[in-house]
Amino acid sequence: MLLHWLLALAIFGIFAVGFYMADLPFSPMRLKLFNWHKWAGVCFLALTVLRLLWRLSHRPPALPRAIEAAMPHWQVRSHHATHHLMYVLFFAVPLMGWAYSSAAGFPIVLFGQIALPDFVSPNKELAALIKPLHGLAAYALMGLAGLHIAAALKHQWIDRDGLLTRMLPGRR
Amino acid sequence: MKINSLLFPMAAAFLTAMALPAAAQQKLLPAQSEVGFVFKQMGVPVQGHFKKFDAQISFDAAKPATNKVNFTVDIASATIGAPESDAELPKAEWFNTAKFPQATFASSSFKALGGGKYEVTGKLSVKGQSRDVVVPLAMTQAGAVTTATGVFPIKRLGFKIGEGEWADTSMVADDVQVKFKLTLSGVGKL
Repeated sequence: MLLHWLLALAIFGIFAVGFYMADLPFSPMRLKLFNWHKWAGVCFLALTVLRLLWRLSHRPPALPRAIEAAMPHWQVRSHHATHHLMYVLFFAVPLMGWAYSSAAGFPIVLFGQIALPDFVSPNKELAALIKPLHGLAAYALMGLAGLHIAAALKHQWIDRDGLLTRMLPGRR
Repeated sequence: MKINSLLFPMAAAFLTAMALPAAAQQKLLPAQSEVGFVFKQMGVPVQGHFKKFDAQISFDAAKPATNKVNFTVDIASATIGAPESDAELPKAEWFNTAKFPQATFASSSFKALGGGKYEVTGKLSVKGQSRDVVVPLAMTQAGAVTTATGVFPIKRLGFKIGEGEWADTSMVADDVQVKFKLTLSGVGKL
């Protein structure tokens, strides 16, 4: 649950930096933002691996029967689909970013100290291919996050079913 | 006539000079040579190279003290391989290519270290700044082709490469490694 909130904040921060830095003219600030964006993305990826391992070993509670019964079938389906898709993008977006950086000829050196491997070799054509995909996937993830937040607030303010409380600290 | 009696010896001398291979025409083969550099940008190693350069060489393995090399690099030919970086290089804070289109190296001494290895001392001039550098050379020969390779460090700030906001060495490190592989023809036996 802690990882949920921490990584949610991280996603918004990383996206904001990525969005701002992409069209900056060449400058020391642009270099700094690019590197911080990559370091944060790699840390996010590492924490997401931990989060996935946790989730696989600690099954999250299912939707309470009463709440599920009150939801139209399409809503239950999109509940599951949104969460699954978000998990796919949690991995796809940073991995694509890492690949793009490697293909562009700029290996990632975490915090300026730890050189990370290139799992893709420098290749201009590949870099040009990945670049828009990384951005598109990031936009898709933000879109799903928006949908997720809207749905949670719908449960909280419209259905008033208290579903949100299980994601809050000091729950139950 | 006096001129006729000179003509034959002159012609003979001229033809002999043309026929002598000797230490004539030692040439750089640019197509088989490379001159590049590596620097670190917030810890990330970045490679660049120059596409145009030339050298005048006078090399005699038997008399290393008389060896000379004069090297010229076309600064506009520098490339890092990324378009936005390449657009940056000619700017005044970096190479200021318009004002300083060439970098040169002129050797002042050659020291033989044995085994085809030499230590060449000389003046490196880039962007109007001159610094003494010591360049290690490793020379090998395969048939008519001689190859000289080496790496030597420079401090970019000493040459004012990266000024103003780019003088910050936490962004681009001061240390730059210059690497070269020069392929030469016409060099006698090592």
